[in-house]
Amino acid sequence: MNDSAAPDVAGWTCPLPLRDYPQIVLGHGGGGQLTADLVTHLFVPAFHNAALAPLADAAALHLGGQRLAFSTDSYVVRPLIFPGGSIAELAVHGTVNDLAMVGAQPLALSAGMILEEGLPVGLLAHLVERMAAAARAAGVSIVTGDTKVVERGHGDGLYINTAGIGLIPPGIEIAPQHARPGDVVLVSGSIGEHGMAIMSVREGLAFESPILSDTAPLHGLVAALLAAVPDVHTLRDPTRGGVAAALNEIATAAGVGIRLEEQQIPVRPEVAAACELLGLDPLYVANEGRLLALVPAPAAAAALAALRRHPAGVHAARIGDVVAQHPGLVVAHTGIGGTRVVALPHGEQLPRIC
Amino acid sequence: MKYLHEFRDPALAHTLLHDIRQRVTRPWALMEVCGGQTHSIIRNGIDRLLPPEVELIHGPGCPVCVTPLATMDKALAIAAQPGVIFCSFGDMLRVPGSDGDLFSVRGAGGDVRVVYSPLDALSIARSHPAREVVFFGIGFETTAPANAQAVVLAQRQGLTNFSMLVSHVLVPPALEAILTAPDNRVQAFLAAGHVCSVMGYWQYEPLAARYGVPIVVTGFEPLDVLAGVQQAVRQLEAGQAVVENAYPRAVTRAGNGPAQAVLAEVFEVCDRNWRGIGPIPASGWQLRPRYRAFDAAERFAVQALQTQESPLCHSGDVLRGHLKPHQCPAFGTLCTPHKPLGATMVSSEGACAAYYQYGRFSAGEVTPA
Repeated sequence: MNDSAAPDVAGWTCPLPLRDYPQIVLGHGGGGQLTADLVTHLFVPAFHNAALAPLADAAALHLGGQRLAFSTDSYVVRPLIFPGGSIAELAVHGTVNDLAMVGAQPLALSAGMILEEGLPVGLLAHLVERMAAAARAAGVSIVTGDTKVVERGHGDGLYINTAGIGLIPPGIEIAPQHARPGDVVLVSGSIGEHGMAIMSVREGLAFESPILSDTAPLHGLVAALLAAVPDVHTLRDPTRGGVAAALNEIATAAGVGIRLEEQQIPVRPEVAAACELLGLDPLYVANEGRLLALVPAPAAAAALAALRRHPAGVHAARIGDVVAQHPGLVVAHTGIGGTRVVALPHGEQLPRIC
Repeated sequence: MKYLHEFRDPALAHTLLHDIRQRVTRPWALMEVCGGQTHSIIRNGIDRLLPPEVELIHGPGCPVCVTPLATMDKALAIAAQPGVIFCSFGDMLRVPGSDGDLFSVRGAGGDVRVVYSPLDALSIARSHPAREVVFFGIGFETTAPANAQAVVLAQRQGLTNFSMLVSHVLVPPALEAILTAPDNRVQAFLAAGHVCSVMGYWQYEPLAARYGVPIVVTGFEPLDVLAGVQQAVRQLEAGQAVVENAYPRAVTRAGNGPAQAVLAEVFEVCDRNWRGIGPIPASGWQLRPRYRAFDAAERFAVQALQTQESPLCHSGDVLRGHLKPHQCPAFGTLCTPHKPLGATMVSSEGACAAYYQYGRFSAGEVTPA
């Protein structure tokens, strides 16, 4: 075998168009390659416009000299209540965080409730109260909404959609495309907790200390970070698909490589243990209260200090660098000194057999 | 994590690597048998840390990869039947059959569920008495005891709506098939630690003696793999060929007696067709006649399946060690974990998927910080 037949890394692009599953499969919602295919090959061509094009967590709209951030997200988690949170907090925090990832101060949310016939009204009331409490704590108002009921068997009790608007302060330019070689990659805390909290409930896993979801609003943390370092290039909350998917999206969008130091990535012991048991990689597990910040190297120490001073960023860590080599690829230095590619997940992360 | 961090220690890893570099004087081809080892090698970047003389050939030890196409097609047909709840280990869902995979069956309305244990499938059967619950019983000797136990429990509990599609495979006959192939290149084996924890390693002693090949029982953490490589290289350089146990914290020569007892109770040896390799005599387990009532292949008369392997897939050459995954013309282009042509591209243990996930760039492009 000669070298010319080796994979062409620099020129490697996904060769296949929308994959030929004749129906939607669960993996299309996994936040990985299947999801990206739907977005790139179906949604973007159909809806294309300048505000959509950056594919950021929130769109930025120019309105009378102000920049408005606008985002939406739907919540379909099962079980509805899990250790550390519920669908109610997720529905508030998720959209607040999408706004925060473009540097916006969230102003108002909408709430679309899709109820399944048979959902106990007492449970709904409890979840709505939690949603209201989460919004109050985050300092946003839920100002409009909608209610629909679907037949029994056509929903998991309750689905929630929220949309949100916020204002982007002048001078803040945060986008996945702005990552540059030389930037430092920071994470605001230990990873994988939300995904493993859900998984441990579903799989009936018990640990000495239960794994709690990390669900939390991040706009306060972002404001603290921007106050210390206005020149933040990129922010991303690593939700579905985890840190791996978020960094791959950034590497692709900015045409840069990302190099991770695996040993520096904070993972709580119980999360690491649960991942070992289930054959999962914490880099691919969802977070709901963490952010990745890419900042210029000279500002890295100040950015890290600002994150750590905030209650939501106490365990922030520097986990890697942006490089000009291997554009579009995320590469990790492993604990024993080897290297591996951290690829974009494909669909659902599948538990391994042995 | 206790029992894990100790076996990921970078300083000890470098001591072992140094020792391997000191010992090796000429090229050697070692096969790690188990897909879990392949996964660990690629995930930790071990293949790039070894001296160039030590070539690791990825073995056929991924149960997902070697499950025969005909069995896969049978699984798809059963899972698509109305009223069936089809339970499987997660990574089987993306294995391509002749037409589609279990994900597409689920997308088309089939009730396909990921379980972590066959006992989960038993609970589903108990709570859905009006449904037929089928468990996809695949794997090597490692997963077989739990599957056997599930069948015993199903009989004891009188569960008439539970059955198992069994496609178990056995390691020693596969090693013998590799060693007797006319173009065999494998000079030493890292035997699969988890398989040996069940079966012991006495079965491998005649193979080592007959074929003059060192066999080192090897675990899965980085230090385990490096210790296995070190012992294999030491034997090769010294001209020895014996069975050594480099995974003594989990493996004994005799193995796990109670597990072997339930295996003998439920299963009998049969010939098995290995996907990508072909038929290997006495290389599988099937249900004994007294448990045939739980055999999904008999319960569901799925007939006249036309099985068709992709002509572009070279997984057989990969499994036999003749082709590195990235040397396949379809690798990374027509064939990705996302849309696999062959089963080796599916599981993270599959040699092609492991290469794709963790090896899709050349080592020269990454320099330490």
